[in-house]
Amino acid sequence: MIIAFIQRAIVQGIPLLFGSTGEIITEKTGHLNLGTAGVMYVGGIAGVIGAFMYENSVETINPVLAVIIPILTSIIGSLIMGMIYSVLTVTFRANQNVTGLALTTFGVGVGNFFGGSLIKLTNSELPSITLTATSNCFKTKIPFAENLGWFGDIFLSYSFLAYVAIAIALFAAFFFNKTKAGLSLRAVGENPATADAAGINVSRYKYLATCTGSVIAGLGGLYYVMDYACGVWSNDGFGDRGWLAIALVIFAVWKPNLSIFGSILFGGLLVVHNYIPNLTMASQEIFKMTPYVVTIIVLVIVSMRRKRENLPPASLGLSYFREER
Amino acid sequence: MSKNKIHEPLFHIVKRGSLPLWLSWVIRILSVVAALVVCGVVTIVLTGENPIKIYSTMIDGAIGSERRIWSLLQNVAILLCISLAVTPAFKMKFWNIGAEGQVLMGGLATAACMIYFGESLHPVILFPVMIIASILASAIWAIVPAFFKAHWNTNETLFTLMMNYIAMQLVSYFVFLHSNPVGSGKIGIINSATEAGWLPKLGGHTYLFNIIIVAVLTIGMYIYLKYNKHGYEISVVGESENTAKYIGINVKKVILRTMFLSGAICGIAGLLLVAGTDHSIAKETVDSRGFTAIMVSWLAKFNPIYMILTSLLIVFLEKGAGQISTDFGLNDSFAEILTGIIIFFIIGSEFFVNYTIKFRQKDKEVSK
Repeated sequence: MIIAFIQRAIVQGIPLLFGSTGEIITEKTGHLNLGTAGVMYVGGIAGVIGAFMYENSVETINPVLAVIIPILTSIIGSLIMGMIYSVLTVTFRANQNVTGLALTTFGVGVGNFFGGSLIKLTNSELPSITLTATSNCFKTKIPFAENLGWFGDIFLSYSFLAYVAIAIALFAAFFFNKTKAGLSLRAVGENPATADAAGINVSRYKYLATCTGSVIAGLGGLYYVMDYACGVWSNDGFGDRGWLAIALVIFAVWKPNLSIFGSILFGGLLVVHNYIPNLTMASQEIFKMTPYVVTIIVLVIVSMRRKRENLPPASLGLSYFREER
Repeated sequence: MSKNKIHEPLFHIVKRGSLPLWLSWVIRILSVVAALVVCGVVTIVLTGENPIKIYSTMIDGAIGSERRIWSLLQNVAILLCISLAVTPAFKMKFWNIGAEGQVLMGGLATAACMIYFGESLHPVILFPVMIIASILASAIWAIVPAFFKAHWNTNETLFTLMMNYIAMQLVSYFVFLHSNPVGSGKIGIINSATEAGWLPKLGGHTYLFNIIIVAVLTIGMYIYLKYNKHGYEISVVGESENTAKYIGINVKKVILRTMFLSGAICGIAGLLLVAGTDHSIAKETVDSRGFTAIMVSWLAKFNPIYMILTSLLIVFLEKGAGQISTDFGLNDSFAEILTGIIIFFIIGSEFFVNYTIKFRQKDKEVSK
């Protein structure tokens, strides 16, 4: 049962890991993208649209294409969202909170709209969006994992996107701390005016980081649909996970490597009520509160201790205009 | 001739000094028109209907019958009330995005009063109890992040955001606890037989009372922000905390006081929603209006009078787009897409109000 619990926790945690890694990259340049929830929806639905079109247009499914096409459409979808956000906040210097919230409204709307109307719009005969074939391609597992007992169950039983998520998080941690570009990127988030004076192209960093962050977050939506939900799109099924990903950023104190453990912990907190016997429906709801409570505690402790490396990027939420200092 | 060594970009962006008021509104209205055109194009692509039919469907959906007009006004009132609540905090540059949770807590307190005291207390006592309970519940939800912000500069955006979900889970906990019929996971209409704790119907109109309360609040907030010393202190703290400290404003006190006010108005919104509209409570009672209110307030430049217009615009769109989706058999999330597009355009238009683009001047033959 413990193995099953850990497995469920990791499967729940991976979308959060994608989302929080993306959000960390964005926030490190000083942009609090509250649109992550919307971006993840769009990433999910764009992948679904790609897979749906592909499944309906061919007789037999080529597993390689069935994986590549949804990933590509998902990337395109979330890239568009990232571009909307960066054009408005970087170039137009709009208020980030307002833009982010509008992006969430828009993204969730797009997700639910196409989720609910895709069948009607394409005049197809299917009763619901069920992409089992594509989902199975995504869930292809390492062949010998089943023979390794609990080790295989805990570490090797996930679809490849889960490993991609961990790899991206580790790479992001490496990038921030060990590369020159990562240092420049952090400088932009801490003090854009200084970064500008040092010859760093502030806008380019902001654009690149926001768009990369969106694409990564969007993959979280794709993972959710294709692995967790077995290729079945249900409206609002993704729920509050986008916001939870933002909470995870705080919990991991803006460090992608910490967010790997954080995501598994949050995933565990999300499902733990299923493993505690004799819980009433009502007290289950109290358990679902824990990730948010834990996040607030971390946020408060971090702000009280004021250790410099744990604080949010100094210019988080502020737009930068060179002629205005 | 060292001048040609310097690379001058093709254009650069300059902050405008001041723009005549009429011109800034022309820019904003143009952006709404442009947004409506884009929305029309999107709708045509998705439905294949002609645009005039689409826009007339929208108008019909929003104000097509007396019942629809009342429902429109009711929604405007609630959205406006929440927008008023977040405004003083925003003027102070305190990014309270927790209105969703604050309203929900107010609603929860109201519902609790209706369930526990609805039958036993006389209305003369019941209503004050409901009002005080809802205001206190919301204010506590708002004061907690404000306290940490004032003392340790804890990031209020993230704090208030998390408080939303705690409030939602609390509400669903109590909904399961008191679900009626038992086990349904819904609370049903509270006191449906006695109507105890329901706000009065003025002249037979269910929503008129809500609308009047919000109208009074709007004027009150306008006066508070513009002509009261508190309002002045809020804008000074918002513009520069250091200036505020220098001229002797107690910044911590202003933050706490303003957030108390913000929360208190959220409590009233919760009261109006639960006791005056739904007569029930659920996790989804506020329906993301806590977030929409932020856009309403910001689009109106934090001016309570303009907020009447912006909240009307948003609700009109939602109702209109809702009608489009029913008439053309589309999913009702279509409204959210259209709202999103229009807000993007309005957000973008602020750039042209505040900044202007200067192109490189062609002065090649200037001799020195």
